[in-house]
Amino acid sequence: MSNRTLPVNIQGNHACALGAVAAGCRFYAGYPITPSSEVAERMSAELPKVGGVFIQMEDEIASMGAIIGASMGGAKVMTATSGPGFSLKQENIGYAAMTETPCVIVNVMRGGPSTGMPTRPAQGDVMQARWGTHGDHPTIALVPSSVKEVFDETVRAFNLAEALRTPVILLIDEVVGHLVETVTLPQASELDLVSRKWAEGSKKGFQPFAVTEDMVPPMPRPGDGFRAHFTGLTHDESGFPTQKPEKVTRAVSRILNKLERHRELIESWEAQQTDDAELLVVAYGITGRSARKAVAMAREKGLKAGLMRPITLWPFPEDALRQAAKKARRVLVPEMNAGQLCYEVERICGTDRIARLNRFDGEAISPAQILEKIEELA
Amino acid sequence: MAVVESTDTFEINDYLRLEMMPHFLCPGCGHGIAMRALLWAVHELGIDKDKLAIVSGIGCSGRMGAYVDANTFHVTHGRPLAFATGLALARPDLEVVVITGDGDALAIGGNHLIHACRRNLRMTCMLLNNEVYGMTGGQVSPTTSVNRLTTTTPGGNLEPVFDACKLAEAAGAGMVGREVTLQTPALKNMIKEGLAYPGFAFLEVISDCTEIYGRKNDLGNSPEMILSQKKSMRPDNYGNVVDRPFRPNGLPTGVLARNDRPEYGETYRTFAKTKQGGAK
Repeated sequence: MSNRTLPVNIQGNHACALGAVAAGCRFYAGYPITPSSEVAERMSAELPKVGGVFIQMEDEIASMGAIIGASMGGAKVMTATSGPGFSLKQENIGYAAMTETPCVIVNVMRGGPSTGMPTRPAQGDVMQARWGTHGDHPTIALVPSSVKEVFDETVRAFNLAEALRTPVILLIDEVVGHLVETVTLPQASELDLVSRKWAEGSKKGFQPFAVTEDMVPPMPRPGDGFRAHFTGLTHDESGFPTQKPEKVTRAVSRILNKLERHRELIESWEAQQTDDAELLVVAYGITGRSARKAVAMAREKGLKAGLMRPITLWPFPEDALRQAAKKARRVLVPEMNAGQLCYEVERICGTDRIARLNRFDGEAISPAQILEKIEELA
Repeated sequence: MAVVESTDTFEINDYLRLEMMPHFLCPGCGHGIAMRALLWAVHELGIDKDKLAIVSGIGCSGRMGAYVDANTFHVTHGRPLAFATGLALARPDLEVVVITGDGDALAIGGNHLIHACRRNLRMTCMLLNNEVYGMTGGQVSPTTSVNRLTTTTPGGNLEPVFDACKLAEAAGAGMVGREVTLQTPALKNMIKEGLAYPGFAFLEVISDCTEIYGRKNDLGNSPEMILSQKKSMRPDNYGNVVDRPFRPNGLPTGVLARNDRPEYGETYRTFAKTKQGGAK
């Protein structure tokens, strides 16, 4: 911990663990799964030092349940997994969204579907992150592209989860998770950390899911005297189940709208030479880094290429994309899947301009490949 | 846990969210008796309602928490023990009670049950066994008696039955007990012992589903169903906690296993202390 100010050689998964501890994570429950296991291993070593709790649960579902339970008790919490485990966690992710329980879920993406290619990279869980659990639900998903960004986005994931009382998904691809880079990590004291609002004041007539101005109601903590009820059943402001159409509409609308209300806080992206870009590349994660290089190479060749790299994947920073794509004749979406984020880009930029570059063979997309496609489209 | 026995008279209304009444359980359902016994035990032990956390799963048993004036968590199907594990580790100051059913704990949540027993984290798990999936309309469960009719065993149940207590004991639960709703004071006393036990206490409560299971199998009305529990009881077990009663017929009741294995939360906290403050 004391060497944070000095550069360290560290892999993305370890940076994730250190970012979590720095952000105040004090409870981690997980289940071994490649290529995310280093997150759990590092957490098992770090958490006892800071008075936190690490537990390896009996399965992925239990890990998700345990972190929600610990968060309801008041802890900042995290779990990490990969595709198959992410599938198993979906029901409880929906429960966290419905009960507005802050938690961070790391998914170090590997090749799929099914068991797929455990040690090979992919970006196949973009849509599962958005729509994996059933019903209408809010989703925040962040997608870092470097070891330093893994640390920063892990901290931000905790801040968003706490500020907005919602699960936050961190999508790391296997390349970034296992990438070792030399980084200087900030001291915990240098970080702006957010903790959820706890319910205070009068217990009489307390409404745990009241519609507050910022749409994020203060959370009642067990032991503080509120004796609140949490349920995955659709509930009204009191926290108790309801099936009255107007109450249901109000409850579900609020958990969806609270993210819309705070888009500014949530959205993050990098724009590179987009002002005059006639050919815009939209890429994320490790593919975003390849694209950055490809765009620089294209510029050297005199092509007006630009890059919009979303760091927040969901809710998608659509105004930023609209702005970046203003002068673009074509919008290229390279991704390590058979085409997922391209649909969101298509929705925003229109079908005519979209071009795809897809790889789902367990290999990362190289700058040369993206450059070749840029030249083809130019 | 510091236990201060309360000498006040037990008034169940002091522990209920009366605004939630009427409750949704069917007339004759045994689950209300189990809930009364739990709250009676909580009262006699003088447990602070602010520190009482009830975590329940899905099914008729799962809905009980909503009626109790405590910190209540109605979670996903089969997972209350997983949620409670996180809650109890993050908040060792809370009195965590898990309420689950035969489908919730033994079918969809079976994995969590055996591992919760193995871990021996301090909490009390009450499995309300009514031998059927009541809320979904009366389907067969892992404890439905052989040959009984359910909506998914139209020719009678062909599958063997789980003995939840044997399972829990074999998996390492610190304390294992079984009691029937007929003997509410005995049930209350067993729950008290479970709440005071410094580890994982697994308590199976033999309940009844009159409306769906009883009706379908011609088991009589509610008093008749509850009185039928007498056939599997030993008379000297009334109101007492006794050591494993051996009976040739039926299921044994009372405290069936109790040991002093290390409690997991304390074990972890002791380990964590050795990692704090010193060199890395």
